[in-house]
Amino acid sequence: MKTAGSIYVTFLDPTPPPWSAELVRELGGVFPNPVMSLEVEMDLRPAYFPERNQYHATLILASLLRRLPDPGARILGITGLDLFVPVLTFVFGQAQLKGPGALLSTFRLRNEFYGLPADPYLLLDRTIKEAVHELGHSFGLVHCHDPACVMSSSTYVEEVDLKSDWYCSECEGLLLAGTTSAQETGGP
Amino acid sequence: MKKRRILIVDDERSVRKSLQEWFLEDGFDVETAEDGHDALRIMDSGPFDIFIVDLKMPGMDGISLQKRIQEGDKDATVIILTAYASVETAVEALKQGAYDYVTKPVDPDELSNLVRNALRQRDLSEENVRLKERMSEMNLATPIVGESPSMMRIMEMIRTVAETDSTVVILGESGTGKELIARAIHTQSRRRFAPIIAVHCGAIPETLLESELFGHEKGAFTGAQYRRKGKIELAHGGTLFLDEIGDITPKMQVDLLRVLETRTFTRLGGNKEIQSDFRLVCATNQNLEKQVTEGAFREDLYYRIKVFSLEIPPLRERGEDILPLARHFVSKYARSMGKPEKSFTPEAEALLESYRWPGNVRELENAIERAMVIGKDPEIRLRDLPLRVENGSSPDSASLEAMEREHIIRVMREMDGNVTRSAKVLGIDRATLYNKIKKYGIQR
Repeated sequence: MKTAGSIYVTFLDPTPPPWSAELVRELGGVFPNPVMSLEVEMDLRPAYFPERNQYHATLILASLLRRLPDPGARILGITGLDLFVPVLTFVFGQAQLKGPGALLSTFRLRNEFYGLPADPYLLLDRTIKEAVHELGHSFGLVHCHDPACVMSSSTYVEEVDLKSDWYCSECEGLLLAGTTSAQETGGP
Repeated sequence: MKKRRILIVDDERSVRKSLQEWFLEDGFDVETAEDGHDALRIMDSGPFDIFIVDLKMPGMDGISLQKRIQEGDKDATVIILTAYASVETAVEALKQGAYDYVTKPVDPDELSNLVRNALRQRDLSEENVRLKERMSEMNLATPIVGESPSMMRIMEMIRTVAETDSTVVILGESGTGKELIARAIHTQSRRRFAPIIAVHCGAIPETLLESELFGHEKGAFTGAQYRRKGKIELAHGGTLFLDEIGDITPKMQVDLLRVLETRTFTRLGGNKEIQSDFRLVCATNQNLEKQVTEGAFREDLYYRIKVFSLEIPPLRERGEDILPLARHFVSKYARSMGKPEKSFTPEAEALLESYRWPGNVRELENAIERAMVIGKDPEIRLRDLPLRVENGSSPDSASLEAMEREHIIRVMREMDGNVTRSAKVLGIDRATLYNKIKKYGIQR
């Protein structure tokens, strides 16, 4: 695989989740690139929209990109806040297709959001999948038809649970090929 | 795989950008436009699979743009984006032909499903059109070949009757191509997109024919493990072709008459009346009129099916059709066997034209198929044709001269000894025929 530089994982909330180190370690097992934590100071209040009681994902992503340590690196921001983009009611995350920035929210990955008892292991599992998914986009991968592939589209949490945390052989091949032609073979 | 194209039209940049990113991640080729005029300009770059159009835009609104899009492609898939307050207008857009509308902000799941379903529907519609074209090609692939005046008249009659819903009875000897005529009537009728269901009445015992035509309910008889639709029900919207109708029993004649009068029937073992809208085409090689006189066929059924009658002459009465048909079958089998096309030697042509063809077109087709299988030469020769001439000698054993003499005698007999007409049928000039008559000592 072409190493396009390090992958920095940054937790945007004042208190990082208890499993933050484990998440970084797991991602290090998925990508050959060096994966490491990055502490950044970011004020998320400008991205808050009181009429929706949500945070604008695109604004946070833009702010995150300004904190990219080196040009060849990738940065993944993780927050427990509820994210949206203007036309959609919510998003689990957002990434730049074949770009350095990615963002994901654990807000709707938590069992408590659906009135169920908290399950930190399940939350970590879901977060790993969504992190691998968003980073896949940043490497140029589009959504995959294989429901077991981590790049399959998930618009509700049950779909996240159904898929694996691995790329299917086709997506992995594209990733290994440098992902530059990912869009040519993908598509709905 | 070809990438799907989406055009997003919205005057709000953030909406355009969010949707663009969303659909890019889904693998679409996404274009955006900030207003209707911009959209129309971008549409010149090529066709789009889906248009997502905001309802309220300055200048040209979403409904006006939708109309302009559908002027160019009446089947274009347009999804309207609207604020809650303008749902009534969005409903108006649906009436104008929009695929659906979504209110902003959109639930991501709803948007994904909507686009997925719209694409599926579009694919199915396109596939449907392709299949219909293919079906139409397949039907056209078995054309009625014939240059004789009698066949030209029949083709004209097919065109006329196909436009109506009248019952047709096709009369003709075995092998004259009655089913082909029935299919031609169906293919040229308004019912062509529904099925033509053929039942060969002569080949099915009465008890089975009843179940075959009317269907049966589960448990109607021993072995009826499932409910089964009959051919009459399956022909709904299309054509029911009953071949060898002259062979059906008196009881079946009564049942069939009732169906033809009411267009309703009940499945065996059932009591629910089922309606079927079908056009009936029948065929027989029997003399139905004679059967009526003899009491073997019901007069009332006879008059009900004999609304329009087509009589296919036997092949021996339309000699002009033999060679065109033979060449058509050569092409057909050359294609299916992956062999080069072949012509006929003059002797083989003469034999084909003089043979009486008791099995009609079917026999001719079989003869050509066999010749294409066994023939090694670039031309089909006498020895390739499995035909026996009238006196029982076979082309394999007869000398060419004996064959020629025999053939000339037969043609001249059929032409009442007229040399000019015989020469024309034989494809030679009068002088040549005179020489041959002299050479073979043929009595005129």
